[in-house]
Amino acid sequence: MAQLLSSPSDLQAARVPRLDKLGIIIAVLVLAAVFFLPFVISRPNRIVAGMALPISGALPALQAIVLYGLIALGSVIGLLRVPSLWRLASSFVVVLSLCLFLGGAANFLTPEGNTVARVSPGAGFWVLVFAFALIAADALVRLRLGPLARIGVLLLVAAAIAAMLWAGVWQNLSILKEYANRGAAFWAEARTHVALAFGSLAVATVIGVPVGILCYRRSSVRAALLPVLNMVQTIPSIALFGLLIAPLAWLAANVPGASAVGISGIGTAPAMIALFAYSLLPIVSNTVIGLDGVDASVKDAARGMGMTDNQVLFGVELPLAFPVILTGIRIVLVQNIGLATIAALIGGGGFGVFVFQGIGQTAMDLVLLGAVPTVALAFVAAVVLDALVELVSPKRVPSA
Amino acid sequence: MIEIDGLTKTYEATTVVDHVSLTIEKGEICVIVGTSGSGKTTLMRMINRLVEPTAGTVRIDGRDTRDRPAHQLRRQIGYAIQGHGLFPHRTVGQNIGTVPRLLGWEKPRIAARVDELLSLFQLDPALYRDRLPSELSGGQQQRVGVARALAAEPDILLMDEPFGALDPIIRSKAQDDLLAIQKRFGTTIVLVTHDMEEAITLGSKIAVMDKGKLLQYATPAEIIARPATDFVNQLIGTGDRPFRLLSLETVLDHVEPGEAAGDAIDASLSLRDAYAECLWSGRDAIPVEEAGQRIGRVTLSRLTALAARPQ
Ligand SMILES: Nc1ncnc2c1ncn2[C@@H]1O[C@H](COP(=O)(O)OP(=O)(O)O)[C@@H](O)[C@H]1O
Ligand SMILES: [Mg+2]
Repeated sequence: MAQLLSSPSDLQAARVPRLDKLGIIIAVLVLAAVFFLPFVISRPNRIVAGMALPISGALPALQAIVLYGLIALGSVIGLLRVPSLWRLASSFVVVLSLCLFLGGAANFLTPEGNTVARVSPGAGFWVLVFAFALIAADALVRLRLGPLARIGVLLLVAAAIAAMLWAGVWQNLSILKEYANRGAAFWAEARTHVALAFGSLAVATVIGVPVGILCYRRSSVRAALLPVLNMVQTIPSIALFGLLIAPLAWLAANVPGASAVGISGIGTAPAMIALFAYSLLPIVSNTVIGLDGVDASVKDAARGMGMTDNQVLFGVELPLAFPVILTGIRIVLVQNIGLATIAALIGGGGFGVFVFQGIGQTAMDLVLLGAVPTVALAFVAAVVLDALVELVSPKRVPSA
Repeated sequence: MIEIDGLTKTYEATTVVDHVSLTIEKGEICVIVGTSGSGKTTLMRMINRLVEPTAGTVRIDGRDTRDRPAHQLRRQIGYAIQGHGLFPHRTVGQNIGTVPRLLGWEKPRIAARVDELLSLFQLDPALYRDRLPSELSGGQQQRVGVARALAAEPDILLMDEPFGALDPIIRSKAQDDLLAIQKRFGTTIVLVTHDMEEAITLGSKIAVMDKGKLLQYATPAEIIARPATDFVNQLIGTGDRPFRLLSLETVLDHVEPGEAAGDAIDASLSLRDAYAECLWSGRDAIPVEEAGQRIGRVTLSRLTALAARPQ
């Protein structure tokens, strides 16, 4: 703050620190979450209606007071214009405590030896985590961490979550009880989910980049193809998944060998094809935009010095377009991790299986077992690929 | 030697270069000058086939340029453009080594050539070889662009407004450097510019273009003295003609024996500089020195006579 103390008004501001705008919004959110939303929902078994409990009802008195105190302290630090590192550290501590005390509440509310009682995180918990995660994210942005540092923070968070899982902090929490009943299925669906998201991305990249190069070189191909891909993107996802059922079922029934290689109206094949169809436009169009964006004088010099078309493409145009192409891949990956959830509707598997089973059984805990890993996976993919894009982009050096 | 014969380029209905014929002798600097859109760039790009002619031929040392693949032709011809076109993802050294690498030179030979060129362009190899182009100033980037064009020791160098983006002081330095390098290697240079001043400074021959047609192809002195058309006359600027004429020769060419009062000027300066000095200091004669030794004088009356229209 020292460098800010240059004018009289700044001096006043230093005595009474000014408030942070985001901090005010978050303080309001926190107040609402603490006083009007349940911290946990406690139910005698997994499908009956439950009891909504605030922090004071979900934890022993002393623990509740500690948690209230930490939340209050975190909100105040969020409100003040203190250095970003403080805000990051305090919001980190609050989120960590919320997670630990959530597990504590589940232990506290579950009678010894009872395996049917369910304690789930309530809306209040989610809003509080969201609010403090926002402060942390805001602080991270203001700290302007480099790409490697951001991946470092991500690893740290992942390690903290893994440690809490391993230590059994949440063993009495509903979502982990659902997991305990479905361990093998969970990992099988996780593999399917990752295979769907990454597999469709890989195929779309292998096909989309060459198609993008073709569109870049031949304006006739570009004019014909891009509108079609654009239209595919506008088809609602469930409709697209559904639309593929009939033709693929016909293929399976009428083309010898088709069903032998896994083609059928429902299952992984149509899910893969639908995800691939959604992936194509971002990859093709980012390839075209990236190649178009290469400085014309650079292309001209490359040709003028005697590079062949392929040498210009692989030596100059593609390397310079690569950050933009990678941005397209990032868009597709995050999009596909989310969309792959819908594959479960047509028997394609993935985390969506738990989401839709959970909806069918009105068991929200089961929905969470599918939704939480999906969100986490998409988040990790976004952070890692954003960092990669930044690493491969030309460093911005002020030119003289 | 470059022989351009009946060269024509037509885009749909418009003829951009119209039956241009000219011969550029070995070791000459041919400057193509004209207003923007007159077809200078197109004419130059037909020499290395970045633009394929609609009609006409280009022969280099008697060989038709179409008798080999375009990319092989281009590797024999240096190419430098405005805004330099350096590869932003490659270091200065890699940029300069581009054509030698395409030609399959051995690595040590490329490295030696890169360092030689950097030194020639007054860039310390140890300091600049591994930098990215974005870490250089505009003038340095331009020098690397020319160094890259010269890397494979081409006999011919094509330059499209190579100094267009430089400020006046750096530009005149770059022009001097180019003249020195041309003298040293005897490279044949074809240079495009819209600036008549630059054309007169650099050109041993000037080709004046307008609306795709070659209006006049002659030495600078000839162009100033006997412009072929009104348009050429306008391009020279009638008010500047005597001074342009004087700028073509150095004091050394016209020094005469005798004494004169006051500070001496160097023999390597142009007659135009000497004339300006006479007027400014109010003297009728100025002593001339070469390497610090007085070698004679130059007189106002002689300069005035030289500035008159040649008969
Ligand atoms: N690829 C092209 N297609 C159509 N017209 C072109 C093309 N390249 C150049 N031209 C036209 O040819 C004319 C001459 O261009 P150019 O040779 O670049 O002129 P200069 O270099 O003298 O400014 C301009 O009118 C330009 O618009
Ligand atoms: Mg031009």
